[in-house]
Amino acid sequence: MTGPRVRAVGRFGWLVELSSDGEVAALHRYLVARRERGDLPGILDLVPGARTVLLDGTPAGPGRGGGLGRAALNALLRDWDPAAPMTGPPPRHVEIGVRYDGVDLADVARLTGYGEDAIAAAHTGTDLTVAFCGFSPGFAYLAGLPAMLRVPRREEPRVAVPAGAVALAEGYTGIYPRRSPGGWQIIGHTRVELWNTDREPPALLSPGTVVRFTRLPR
Amino acid sequence: MSVEVVRAGLLSTVQDLGRPGLADLAVPRSGAADPASLRLANRLVGNADDDAGVETTLLGVDLLFHAARWVAVTGATCPVRVDGRAGDADRPLYVAAGATLSIGAARCGVRSYLAVAGGIAVAPVLRSRSTDVLSGIGPPPLTAGTVLPLGEPHGPPAPVDTAPHPVMPTLARLRIVAGPRDDRFTPAAIRTLSTATYEVTTASDRIGVRLRGPRLAGRTGGGLPSEGVVLGAVQVPPTGQPVVFLADHPTTGGYPVIGVVDPDDLWMVAQAGPGTLIRFAAFS
Repeated sequence: MTGPRVRAVGRFGWLVELSSDGEVAALHRYLVARRERGDLPGILDLVPGARTVLLDGTPAGPGRGGGLGRAALNALLRDWDPAAPMTGPPPRHVEIGVRYDGVDLADVARLTGYGEDAIAAAHTGTDLTVAFCGFSPGFAYLAGLPAMLRVPRREEPRVAVPAGAVALAEGYTGIYPRRSPGGWQIIGHTRVELWNTDREPPALLSPGTVVRFTRLPR
Repeated sequence: MSVEVVRAGLLSTVQDLGRPGLADLAVPRSGAADPASLRLANRLVGNADDDAGVETTLLGVDLLFHAARWVAVTGATCPVRVDGRAGDADRPLYVAAGATLSIGAARCGVRSYLAVAGGIAVAPVLRSRSTDVLSGIGPPPLTAGTVLPLGEPHGPPAPVDTAPHPVMPTLARLRIVAGPRDDRFTPAAIRTLSTATYEVTTASDRIGVRLRGPRLAGRTGGGLPSEGVVLGAVQVPPTGQPVVFLADHPTTGGYPVIGVVDPDDLWMVAQAGPGTLIRFAAFS
């Protein structure tokens, strides 16, 4: 078996390509643990993506080498067993109450062929996992949705989506942490605070967090 | 002990060395766009490298000092005045209580950095005082009337006449490492990147410097699943016009990154005003 493909990102970073959400999550967990043991010299950020993990050691200003080299990274990857049972602290579980009253609920019903109740039932019916964060601080891409909830982005993104909007796009579901532009299909709203810089940690949802949505009365 | 903003300029913000380490929560690194200039200013007044200063954009800033302080102005070449009297950039300068420090419009470069002995002491957010214009984290940009608290000076200013620093060229040659997605582009696009001259457009900010020039054609034209991106990444959206990411860049992106500008050369991207010419050269 060959290991995952590694691409150079400048002189100080590496992008590891993987084949599934699960592999991304497993490699991210593994690298976080190895970094805590001091095995990732110079790496400032470990950033999971949809099918990648970025190891970013790019200095903000002029920088010298001596960080994590390709040979050292390859050795780390050889030690990694994607199928190894999870070690370390168990993932955090969060329950989030949602009113299924989003402005795109009717469009999603039309796109999927399911009624609003069936959409809410599917959205609340399974544990979802934060695959990665992006777009805006605290915005989590939740993976694990049933295939029936796979819908494209809206053709015309909205200029303003309210904080707490619960939305779907491209096989993920997510919650807008603050008012912002957005192109996902909005199916509901939550009052849960996703992001608060006075809280430690500031993000309610981070890679690996397990989320279960529950249905609140409209 | 504070300074008060009299004239805010185009975009003046508090910046330190940013908040790296939170990209997995989609928090941009932020911090000074030209960190070497901020570090130099801090050293000139006896501050720690990561003390917060003020970053200006093209038009400078005027500040009324309610306390006497040593200061230093670095970065973009610009006139510096204290109560109307010309002062020097790149060396420690004394500002008496009640005096106004004026940092004028940049003659060369974009961003000037002001360090004040003791640092700008606004409350940190996620361990940094930097304003992140993409996500709105940190203190809001300065406006006339903003009062900035100052910290206690740590020590004496540096015993130097003037600090040497490179001057922004009119044609910036940026060393670039290809990838991680150079294989998403045609061979012609790769050749174009290393031979063509690009021009910095006015649609540039702390998030990214947008270039105009020969189109860089993708093999597929499509996006790719979201992946992490780094400072200095040259991202190519479907228009084929490259964007070089600066301090407040988004942590993930869905357009391919054709190459990454070397950290040693990124200060030129931060100091490249509209009309500056850019060429890329393979890192060797």
